[in-house]
Amino acid sequence: MTTILSTVFIITGITTGLAIVITFANAFIADYGEKKMIINNDKEYIVEGGKSILSALVDQKIFIPSACGGKGSCGYCKCKVNEGGGPVLATEMSYLTEEDVENDIRLSCQVKIKEDVKIEIPEELFNVKQFEGKVVFSKDLTPKIKHLRIDITDGQEIEFKAGQYVQLLAPPYPGNAEEVFRAYSIASSPSETKSIDLIIGYVEEGIVTTYVHEHLSEGDEVLFNGPFGDFYLNEETGCDIYMVAVGTGIAPIRSILHYMNEKKIERKARFFFGARTQDDLFMVEEMKRLEEEMYDFEYIPVLSRADDDWEGERGRVTDLVDKLMEKSDSGEGREAYLCGGAPMIDSTEKALLGKGLPEEKILYDKFD
Amino acid sequence: MEINPFTILIASIFTNNMILANFLGMCSFIAVSKEIKTSLGLGQAVTFVLTGTSVINYLVYTYILEPYGLEYLRFIVFIITIATFVQLVEMIIERYVPTLYYSLGIFLPLITVNCAILGVSLFMVIREYTLLQSLAFGIGSGLGWTLAIVALAAIRQKIKNAPIPKGLQGAGVTLIITGLMALAFIGLSGVVTIQ
Repeated sequence: MTTILSTVFIITGITTGLAIVITFANAFIADYGEKKMIINNDKEYIVEGGKSILSALVDQKIFIPSACGGKGSCGYCKCKVNEGGGPVLATEMSYLTEEDVENDIRLSCQVKIKEDVKIEIPEELFNVKQFEGKVVFSKDLTPKIKHLRIDITDGQEIEFKAGQYVQLLAPPYPGNAEEVFRAYSIASSPSETKSIDLIIGYVEEGIVTTYVHEHLSEGDEVLFNGPFGDFYLNEETGCDIYMVAVGTGIAPIRSILHYMNEKKIERKARFFFGARTQDDLFMVEEMKRLEEEMYDFEYIPVLSRADDDWEGERGRVTDLVDKLMEKSDSGEGREAYLCGGAPMIDSTEKALLGKGLPEEKILYDKFD
Repeated sequence: MEINPFTILIASIFTNNMILANFLGMCSFIAVSKEIKTSLGLGQAVTFVLTGTSVINYLVYTYILEPYGLEYLRFIVFIITIATFVQLVEMIIERYVPTLYYSLGIFLPLITVNCAILGVSLFMVIREYTLLQSLAFGIGSGLGWTLAIVALAAIRQKIKNAPIPKGLQGAGVTLIITGLMALAFIGLSGVVTIQ
């Protein structure tokens, strides 16, 4: 008995002593004082030295994309550091291309602020905010795809362009020890500023998808930030629109469609949606309704493993591109919006290029 | 154990070298031995950590663990003190010697898991060294480790452009070189003995 107790006391004593030493060292040695952070040669902030650029930005309520929460394992939080970044670290190298290194692009979660820094971030990131929300409904579209609606509860309103995404936070839960952000496209129209819809598929062992599918229920509170992304409807042209998606890739397309419907945008629009069987199709009623309400819209599902009684298109979305893409009648040209996994995007892009679409007219959002 | 601390110092550099006689601390030995400058830096850091941890661990062992009969806790306690000490060294180097910090990169925190460090602490307990002997053993082992890694880096720089068969390039040939160096160091074994 005494051995057990003395063991516990001694170990606790030693660790406490060492923890105190480290805490003091952290406060005195690693204290770099207050430093200046100048963003885009314009805005100046006083930040705590010794922190990473990413956490200094978060302190100033500026959110740049970061999925791993600053552990240097996603490579999303890149930003240009013009001055004061020090040499590139070994922990950044696997995420930076040679071009990045030449242009002073760094991983903001790895660069510590030890002197005054000058950084550049895209201007639109100043619009990115953190939101508190509550799940008002969560329903299964298919056994593996959920439709969530999140009401913003902190009084803010979200302003975004149809097609952009937010990052949803999964808090620690049994089986996941840390906070993780993952990106999901907003599936609702930008006119709804007090709530957002998300369409989230289940990925085996995916941290946030497991959270959403197994732990999150209606009434739960969630945290997300956004909007991000350069995949959104181009409103400067009158081009015909071809949209291609599989699975949860329907989310940004749905946002674009509702937006076009509300704004009465008079452009020809076609939506090719790929799935395996009839059971994998969802939101069909909604698409049919949009077909009726919108100026010139057709929803064309295509199944790769349809039953015999299926009367629609068969094959893959790339086959549809080959078969159904027409020359533009309006003379304005054509534009394509692709959303889904990398193999689908790559093969569809090839098919579109083969149809004579210029590369800059093909926009895509690749899900990893 | 009445061995002169100076003998221990010399022996741990040449005849009982941590790498070449005990093959401890191999991962950073192989990974950071591409350039003389960096390996010298890491060698200095390892020497510093070894000197510090051997003394601290000696004191902890003799004055805390032994009186309470908790010798069996030495593994975990040694590792905790080493981890703390490395953390401290990292903070100090990052703040005051940034160039060394950047050139050591990820390998500085990895000193924590360098087996040579834990090895020295455990050996000194097993061999029942006194404080002075432990200190000499720590310094000597650090210097010996530095000597070995710098020598290896020098050899690797020398053979950088040599036509080595493809399968042996990198770690393969490095291990062969290490073996040859160990053989060469056996030639010194008559100079002093501590075991």
